Amino acid sequence: MAGTAVRGRLSWQVAAVAAVTQETDSVRTIALNLPDWPGHRAGQHLDVRLTAEDGYSAERSYSIASADGEPASITVERLDDGEVSPYLTEELRAGDQLEVRGPIGNWFTWGPHDGGPLLLIAGGSGVVPLRAILRHRDRSGSKIPARLLYSSRTLPDVIYRHELDQYGGSAEVRYTLTRSQPPGWGGFSGRVDDAMLGRIAWPASQRPLAFICGPTPFVETVAELLVTRGYPASRVKTERFGGA
Amino acid sequence: MLLDGNAIGGLLMEVFGTEMTDAQATCATCGAVGPVADTAVYVRGPGTVVRCRNCSSMLMVISSIRGRNCVDLSGMAVLEPRPSQ
Repeated sequence: MAGTAVRGRLSWQVAAVAAVTQETDSVRTIALNLPDWPGHRAGQHLDVRLTAEDGYSAERSYSIASADGEPASITVERLDDGEVSPYLTEELRAGDQLEVRGPIGNWFTWGPHDGGPLLLIAGGSGVVPLRAILRHRDRSGSKIPARLLYSSRTLPDVIYRHELDQYGGSAEVRYTLTRSQPPGWGGFSGRVDDAMLGRIAWPASQRPLAFICGPTPFVETVAELLVTRGYPASRVKTERFGGA
Repeated sequence: MLLDGNAIGGLLMEVFGTEMTDAQATCATCGAVGPVADTAVYVRGPGTVVRCRNCSSMLMVISSIRGRNCVDLSGMAVLEPRPSQ
């Protein structure tokens, strides 16, 4: 059954914005009301199409932020030179309409049948699909061990912090702050490196399953470090994003 | 802009009529095999260019002209979608 939702033709449909939540200064979550949504799996995407009055249109692909079985939502970071994200993060209001198609993608997805232990590594807004995976794991009652290492510039830039901190012991969530740390900061500092992975990555002998999402150079670096640590490349799933 | 094959899942579904991010692609130049999700993808140019992660050769070019997608697959030796369940 898992494949049926994404098979066949993909058509654009009109979504109404159900709610908009400000996550950080530059990041918003947009909950969508999609009358014709077949359901999605954690880690999948949807495409958004905006069309200007003169007919010019722009399409962007966004990771779905919500878990399986929840209404679809996306979390969008504003990029100042972007064509689409400034509109989505500043202009869009509840009740507005957007063209959407999806769900898309079978590669960067996780369900309890995929196993683990799970190692999730996020750079910036790369946390979005990994949040969906953690939420799905939690909601499905899965006991598969999970760790999230989330690299962010500063603590106020951390998206979903309140939710992630609530996992307590059921999923280990660790942050590394690359630009500045608040006084008394007890988490990691600086970019993800081999020493940091040595403290958080499951040993390769446990057959972990890794998901890395973030900007291209971040993903390349972390994936290479994990493979060097003995993770088979086929167990390191990657998703790179640019922006705009 | 450099992304990866995950970002064009929608476009590929439009072109091939099926989910393609987990399809296996074999580079015709170097023989490297991997999921489409892992290829290097350049978007926002005149077309979408998909390159081999190993040797940077062009695997696929998709240009959309007047509502039609023109697909050049000459850089790909094999492109094999995963059997659907």
